[in-house]
Amino acid sequence: MMAADQKTALAIEPERYELRGLPMHFFAMDRRSFMKAMGGGIAILAVAKDALALQESGRRIGMEEKMPREINAWLHIAPDGGVTVYTGKVEIGQNIRTSLAQTVADELHVSLASIQMVMGDTQLTPFDMGTFGSRTTPQMGTQLRSVAWAARSVLVDLAARKWSVDAGQLVAENGTVSDRSGSRSITYGELAQGQALAQMMPAEDPVTPAPEWKIAGQPVHKIGARDFVTGRHKYTPDLKLPGMLCGKILRPSAFGATLASVDLSAAKAMPGVIAVRDGDFVGVAAPDELTAERALAAIKAQWNTTPQSSSKELFDFLKKNAEEDPAEENRYRQTKGSMSDGLAAASHRLEATYTVAYIAHCPLEPRAALADWKDGKMMVWTGTQRPFAVRDEVAQALHLSNDNTRVIVPDTGSAYGGKHTGECAVEAARLAQAAGKPVHLLWTREEEFTWAYFRPAGVIEIKSGVDANGKLTAWEFHNYNSGAAAIATMYEAPNQLIEFHPVNAPLRQGSYRSLAACANHFARESHMDELAHAAGVDPLEFRMNNLQDERLRAVYQAAAEKFGWQERKKAPGHGFGIAGGIDKGGHVAAFAEVAIDGATREVRIERVVEAWDCGAIVNPDGLKNTISGAITMGIGGALYEAIEFDNGRILNPHFAQYRVARFKDEPKIEVVLIDRKDQPSFGAGETPIVGLAPAVANAIFDATGLRIRSMPMLQDGKLPKQA
Amino acid sequence: MARVTELNVNGTLHAFDVDADATLLSVLRDQLDLTGTKYGCGEGQCAACTVLIDGNPRHSCQIRVGAVGKHRITTIEGLEKNGELHPVQQAFIDVDAMQCAYCTSGMILGAVAMLKIQPNPTEAQIADYMNGHICRCGVYQRIKEAVHLAATRMNGNA
Repeated sequence: MMAADQKTALAIEPERYELRGLPMHFFAMDRRSFMKAMGGGIAILAVAKDALALQESGRRIGMEEKMPREINAWLHIAPDGGVTVYTGKVEIGQNIRTSLAQTVADELHVSLASIQMVMGDTQLTPFDMGTFGSRTTPQMGTQLRSVAWAARSVLVDLAARKWSVDAGQLVAENGTVSDRSGSRSITYGELAQGQALAQMMPAEDPVTPAPEWKIAGQPVHKIGARDFVTGRHKYTPDLKLPGMLCGKILRPSAFGATLASVDLSAAKAMPGVIAVRDGDFVGVAAPDELTAERALAAIKAQWNTTPQSSSKELFDFLKKNAEEDPAEENRYRQTKGSMSDGLAAASHRLEATYTVAYIAHCPLEPRAALADWKDGKMMVWTGTQRPFAVRDEVAQALHLSNDNTRVIVPDTGSAYGGKHTGECAVEAARLAQAAGKPVHLLWTREEEFTWAYFRPAGVIEIKSGVDANGKLTAWEFHNYNSGAAAIATMYEAPNQLIEFHPVNAPLRQGSYRSLAACANHFARESHMDELAHAAGVDPLEFRMNNLQDERLRAVYQAAAEKFGWQERKKAPGHGFGIAGGIDKGGHVAAFAEVAIDGATREVRIERVVEAWDCGAIVNPDGLKNTISGAITMGIGGALYEAIEFDNGRILNPHFAQYRVARFKDEPKIEVVLIDRKDQPSFGAGETPIVGLAPAVANAIFDATGLRIRSMPMLQDGKLPKQA
Repeated sequence: MARVTELNVNGTLHAFDVDADATLLSVLRDQLDLTGTKYGCGEGQCAACTVLIDGNPRHSCQIRVGAVGKHRITTIEGLEKNGELHPVQQAFIDVDAMQCAYCTSGMILGAVAMLKIQPNPTEAQIADYMNGHICRCGVYQRIKEAVHLAATRMNGNA
């Protein structure tokens, strides 16, 4: 057993920017107004079990009572048979609008088409921490399945009472309750007619096991796809309100700069323009974009700046600025056995340092918000992963109550962990308040690159030993700054020291797809490859020799077979590499083939096979799409992406200077899904990205003998001559 | 300041009154409410803002509306005819070639333009022609499949 260090045990890395207070209440409606808003029918609400015990042990409660704040999700069946599901989760391209609807349809026994999902609206949906951490499938999916199960039970009970028969004689299928004898039937809609029933259920009721799923587990395409291919879907940047103004924000000359002086007079003199200064915040709003740009350009401002560090000295900076006494929640230190014993027992010992640059999320939809200030209430549409937290941010910034602040999240043009915060919403709200009109704000690409936050850069140091039989004897792993996600090794090593060192970082940093699991897997799986070569063992065999986890072994095996690992043939300029990992309930093995042009030093990833297991699969089509997408996104961070900065400024805040993966970079990708119907379902939005970079680094080594220990691996798009 | 008062978009002459320096993208989105054309970078680097001008794909964020004149503009909203999707649109649905779909309008218009000049593209030709379009979700492989499917159907082979 791994002994947790006295002061420092932490199961997972806390999501940065998510360390906020307890959830605020979400819902001030009483039951009567709730049902009125629903238009009658039947509502089934899932309540956390502990909370329900405090409420009324699951029995129906009076119409006048306040709804409890611990409700996670609910669904409503209207008299026309339509089913509406309410969840605080948001759709950002991971296609949970589809997979959650599949789950509900499956358990409620209705068609997928009869389900409407209402998502991410702080007034209509229950409180939710946010859409991150790959938690939607294991948590919200499970809760919604419970809600749907409860709803189906209620419907059967209603029919039984209506016909004065035992509920056991009835069956619910295709939105209809029928007598098993086939003598009579009634639709869910008919059962909901004349009802105003709101029933709370504990969130852990029995559910249908995966082998019996009918709609879940099937490949389903993105719901509402026609709206996207016709341009009809309204993302936040596409929304309009009558009289709406276009906002623009004056950005400081450097991070942390304070406003010394500002002259707004020229901007204010422009027709229809309002200009606001509030502390260091300066913004304008104008009837159209061009006028807003001109007004912004007319503002004269002086900023006070302080000298700041540069990306050239980033990794030295991170090592030198590790926090002496980090906050408890930021610590991670685990030890097992004795490193000195482990190294003494080794026949091969290795030490290596790996680095990971700052990178940007680059969601194609930059941050955007539309704010409407009316009668003392603020309504903001914005693309965020955390509508309730952004609601709190807006309310606090403007000194409003949460009740008077509402955030709605239209299905959003991606986020990847980059849209946890509400800057843009707050800015639009501040301008709307000043203008007394709705204000629309869309960050430019340069603003998105500069004023959002970054995936943390990191330095990782590993010291290891392996014995004559190819068994790990010692494993020491230090991560500076990038994070503790998936920092523990999944390989068996009797002697370990694993530690995360938080740093007073030079840039604003936060969540990113898989958090630090990308960096930690890059370092760990590169190092495992180095050890395999040091021990003279095949990289796959070496990993298997040191691995007990059956599910990781299975994905390695599956990927090896699909890839043809044993049959691979060396060719000049070609290399093969592998990597695997576990995080957030997902098990992944990535096998890569690269080709290197000896003359140009360009690296092309020719082929990637990735095997994946996240338990029982809800939507295999969506899952494959997500996995191959993660691999493709991962190419950028592996080979090209790095934020350059100096003295409080980003030096490459444009796609022309910051290379993300494009069509020509994409390899042939083959995804092997292992559908574990005996295991609970976990999410797949993040972990499929972690294997690509180390597999590619190992393939580059195989091809060239050059060990690249940095992400990105290339410099100006070319393989360096030496590491 | 020079003004522009009309544009030929999706087969219709639209009347308005804007500064000739405004970008075509902003006029389409803000004046004509054709918001299917997206802002992605404002720098001609991501192609989310692609429209067809006389059938050729162009970055509408890089074009001043004053420069458009009488040229015919097609946006994503103009592809559907009498309730029937363009084969490229239909293929994107059938292959599920999208995730967040913010890039989809530009991708589809880029593909429509390519298939006009290259009705039977190879995978490498698609990648080459479409390389200016960014899909940060990484759906390139499916987009290539969708373009192939559309090409096959448009050539009457399916």
